Amino acid sequence: MIGTIAARELRSLFFSPLAWTMLAVVQVIIAYLFLVQVDFFLQIQPRLPQMPGAPGLTEIVVAPTFGNAALILLLVVPMLTMRLVSDELRNQTLSLLFSAPVSMTEIVLGKYCGVLGYLLIQLLLIALLPCALLLGGSLDFGIVASGLLGLFLLLAGFAAVGLFMSTLTAQPVIAAISTFGVLLLLWIIDWSGGAGGKGSSVFGYLSMLRHYESLLKGVFNSTDVVYYLLLIALFVILSIRRLDSYRLQH
Amino acid sequence: MDADNLIRVEHLSRRYGPLHAVEDISFEVRRGEVLGFLGPNGAGKSTTMQILSGNLAPSAGRVLITGRDILDEPEAAKAALGYLPEQPPLYRELTVDEYLGYCARLNRIPREQRRAAVERAKERCGLTEVGRRLIGNLSKGYQQRTGIAQAIIHAPAVVILDEPTVGLDPIQIREIRALIRELGGEHSVILSTHILPEVQAVCDRVQIIHRGRLVFSDSIENLARQQPVSSLRAAFRNPPAAAELARLPGVLEAEDLGAGRVRLRFDPAGDITDALLERALAAGWRPYELTPESKTLEQIFVDITSRDPGAAPETRGEAA
Repeated sequence: MIGTIAARELRSLFFSPLAWTMLAVVQVIIAYLFLVQVDFFLQIQPRLPQMPGAPGLTEIVVAPTFGNAALILLLVVPMLTMRLVSDELRNQTLSLLFSAPVSMTEIVLGKYCGVLGYLLIQLLLIALLPCALLLGGSLDFGIVASGLLGLFLLLAGFAAVGLFMSTLTAQPVIAAISTFGVLLLLWIIDWSGGAGGKGSSVFGYLSMLRHYESLLKGVFNSTDVVYYLLLIALFVILSIRRLDSYRLQH
Repeated sequence: MDADNLIRVEHLSRRYGPLHAVEDISFEVRRGEVLGFLGPNGAGKSTTMQILSGNLAPSAGRVLITGRDILDEPEAAKAALGYLPEQPPLYRELTVDEYLGYCARLNRIPREQRRAAVERAKERCGLTEVGRRLIGNLSKGYQQRTGIAQAIIHAPAVVILDEPTVGLDPIQIREIRALIRELGGEHSVILSTHILPEVQAVCDRVQIIHRGRLVFSDSIENLARQQPVSSLRAAFRNPPAAAELARLPGVLEAEDLGAGRVRLRFDPAGDITDALLERALAAGWRPYELTPESKTLEQIFVDITSRDPGAAPETRGEAA
């Protein structure tokens, strides 16, 4: 049943030009940033052998590309998730799901999986870029895999926040703006209290960026993975509760 | 409970803050019965429909669909239920076939029966020719029919239709009414509307809801049979004075309607037709029209709903 709802969600996304445009625009920009990194690598390549413990191709090109991709997708994912529930609220189509023999959890997970499906396609396209480097060099697949995992978890976190925001309002634009606000805040929250102290470590833990950075470096720390899983679970559960409350109070 | 009571509603209430949208409503619907749900705008019709379909939780009371509580066993109850809300829940970017296929999957129709179920629903709702068209491009009437097709695709025991004929042209309305009658054969249908002739045309039983309370419940048959005739409309080519008619035995009041027509109100205990005709022939009034006026559903509706809010609600005994 989750699959049925997810499939419809994904189909509806690809029936509108929105999904295609986003895939194309994101891909073009990330490809450009990727080329900039490759160019940078070619410039400093002659000097690299003289440096002790010099970074390799993967560290110089792939990790920054993934880092930039995250920032661009921070802007794009809210526009993708804004319609998930808002549109159904506005068009009053939720009653189709509510009067079908489907549980709230299935409805929410179905919608969430639909967006994840789209984001996986996006991730696949991004993953093709480092693969192009294999034509002329070799990669550290450990770092690439860890970076891709990080990017996937990050996007899944974005989508969970977006899904919840979309359950709050019947106006997709408001859902998009609030999603963007929450994501940006979670991104930069560790800027405060840079001097150290107890507060800063809490903010540091909450920061999406910090957990992503360590995965980009190829450091697989279960704390980071658990952070994202908790974030996803929290917002998915909140979405289920929120959707359930539509029956209780209008 | 009686196995043939597909819907059972017990003491249902729903409040929105201080507003009582629905207050202490109880009723039952048997298999093969079409129940008409009448009421002025804002009386609580749609709220009741939403609660029955599980879209809204009641503040008190419970709803049993084929004996299963819609809150305790929502999936089992909803599997036996088809619901068309006021605004049909349609995805405009899908074609009719895709949409109905999705509804079939949502309602857990086994894969091998899905195609047949979609075809059957399309056929019953007259959608066979528009299967490949986008719902967003269809006319309002076809969209409404797609909404009905969605509600009956899984052949549910209970079909709930909230104002199904809104926005349809007269021919489509006739078709939809025929469909509702046909559905009434094997399912239980609850139909909400404010179009009175529609209720008389398709329903077996009628309930009137006013200010959140059930104020009237009776079968259409009883409605026609039990209403005592208490007035007559007569037309004469050579009309007498109204005062003269009022002196006839049994007549309480004679009202001159002009152009030789009079309305005679009389005591329902005795029929005055014979006495009136004898007198008319003897006096040479030359009567040419005589129509007994029975209370129509419309009059009952107006009587009940225009009553002052303080009046005690009256619920007539249900016809078994």
